Formats: sequence, structure tokens, C-alpha cells
Amino acid sequence: MGDVGLEAYLMVGAVLFVCGVVCMATKRNGIGVLMGVELVLNGANVNFVAFSRYTPLGLDGQATALFVIVLAAAEAAVALAIALNYYNNHLTIDVDRGSELQG
Amino acid sequence: MIEQLLFWVFAILTCGGAIAVVATQNVVRMAFWLVVSLGSVAALFFLLHADFLGAAQLLIYVGGTVVLLVFGVMLTASGPTVQIKTSPAEAFLGAGVGLLLLFVLMFSIRSVVWGDLEGRLTGRALSPAVADYQKARSLESDVDHAADPAAKAQADEALAKTAARNQSGRTVRQLGLSFFGLRPDQDLNRPAGGALAPGFLLPFEIVSIHLLVVLVGAAYLARAKRKVVPGSQADL
Repeated sequence: MGDVGLEAYLMVGAVLFVCGVVCMATKRNGIGVLMGVELVLNGANVNFVAFSRYTPLGLDGQATALFVIVLAAAEAAVALAIALNYYNNHLTIDVDRGSELQG
Repeated sequence: MIEQLLFWVFAILTCGGAIAVVATQNVVRMAFWLVVSLGSVAALFFLLHADFLGAAQLLIYVGGTVVLLVFGVMLTASGPTVQIKTSPAEAFLGAGVGLLLLFVLMFSIRSVVWGDLEGRLTGRALSPAVADYQKARSLESDVDHAADPAAKAQADEALAKTAARNQSGRTVRQLGLSFFGLRPDQDLNRPAGGALAPGFLLPFEIVSIHLLVVLVGAAYLARAKRKVVPGSQADL
């Protein structure tokens, strides 16, 4: 029974988080920014489930991770609707051109 | 040993997929690498004995969210000649800041002693499920360190018994009960008639209303616009 341990999972979560942050910061495509958000949420989820497995907190981490998945799906739906509206108004999805966004 | 091998395979796939998402400029390829990364995260969930969560990750993320993103890519394509590229200076700066952030996170993960977390997190007495878990952990180390075959077989048998009682990995029923507000893994050592351990009934209801509102809002935002004719009553 080899046990991987908590630290290895936390490091995977850290790599996912950093990749997501860099993706959000550097991508100029709006859909790419959304993918960065998904990566960040997944890094947090890996941490939640790892703590749920390796600490006596029990199922709390798994339930929270389930809520995070649901909220990520909702966020993707709304953000995609906003991106489509943005594309209809600007004929591009480049977020650098969005400085004149107004209601 | 097979668990460690699987962990390393899927950890490398996860991290490699995430890095490829950052490094690729083509949006469709980014979506593909995102599928690789999220699928490997689901496999990591299975390795962490969170079977329902892994299935939910595959269904909702890989099956739903990424497909939604791919539809977004299709609907916002700006022609084959137009490529939205990151400038090299920005990419260099982003990579540098990302490496620094990664270094900080790795350093802090390494510098925390996670071993004495269990005693510090819960001041109260351990619940039976947790006690079972800790007993299983100590039994595992017994199995690993047992010298002669007879002691090893005995430790193996004790471990199998504890593991069967622990029901490690079958989380569907427990998660479902916790969404009803019951916590079978936490309530066991409370005195009868005392307050129940808080479940997740209220967050569950809030998140379901939230999903409904989000769906209505997304449909409203993405609806086809009609021309507004002044004086006509048909338009809302």
C-alpha cells in the first residue's frame, strides 16, 4: 500500500493555480481567460479533496468541492453569454479592446 | 506501488495539460489541453477515494463546461487570418511572475509540517470514522514494516477488516445524506439529543436557486436582440 501523501497533491494544486493565474493574466482572448478561471478552480478543488482524504475533516472537503464544480459551471454559462454579447458589439473577442465597455 | 505510479502519471498529465493551456496560442488547442488536464484531475479524485466527485468532474466539467467553451470558441471566431497573440514581453513577464508565485507556494507547502495537522485541527475527541481511518493508517504501516510472514499476514487481515468497516471510497450515500443535513461521519460521537452536526442542506438549496437564476440570466443575456421600434408595445 503505497501512500502518496498530502504534499504531492498540494503541489499539483499549486501548479494548476499558477497556470490558471498566468493564463488569466496573459491571454488576450476572452475564452482563454475563462479557461484560466477553470484551471484556478480546479487547483482549489484538488486541495479540498486532498485535505478531505488526509485530515480528519471527513466529507466537508468533498461537499465543498462539489459546490465549487456547480458554481464553476454556472460561472462559465454567464461569462460565455457576456462574451457573446461582447463579440456582437465589438466583432472581436480581444479583451484589450474592451476599454469602452458601457451598460 | 500501483497507486503511486498512477498518481505520477496523472499528476504529470494534469500539470502538463495546464502548462500547455498557457503556452498554446490557438484557442481550439487550448480547449483540447484543458480536457486533458481536467480529465486527469478527475482521475486524481478517484485516487483520493472521492468516487462521486470524480464522476461529477467528468460529467459536469469535461462533458459540460468545456463543451460550452468550445461553443464559445466557435461563435466568436474572428476569421482564419486574425490571430489574437500575446506580445512576447507580456508572455515573458507573465512567466516570470508565475514562476515566482509557484516558488512561493512550493516553499510554503514544504515548510509546513502536515503530520501534526490531525491533532491540531480537531480539539474534540475523534469520531469513530476518523478513529477507524487512523487505525487503518497505523495498520498499513504495520503491514509495511512487519518482518516475518506470520505477523504480516495477521496485520494484513486486521487491515482488511478495518478497511471493510471504513468503506473507504464509497462516498455517494454519505454525500447525499450530508446534503439532506445529516452527517453520518460526524454525528456518531455526539450525545443523543444534542445538536446535530451541521450538514449542507442550506448551501444545497442556495446553490440550486443560484443555478436557476444563472440559467435565466444567461438566457436573457444571450438572447437574440430585436430592433426597438419607437411607439410599438410589442417590445418589452
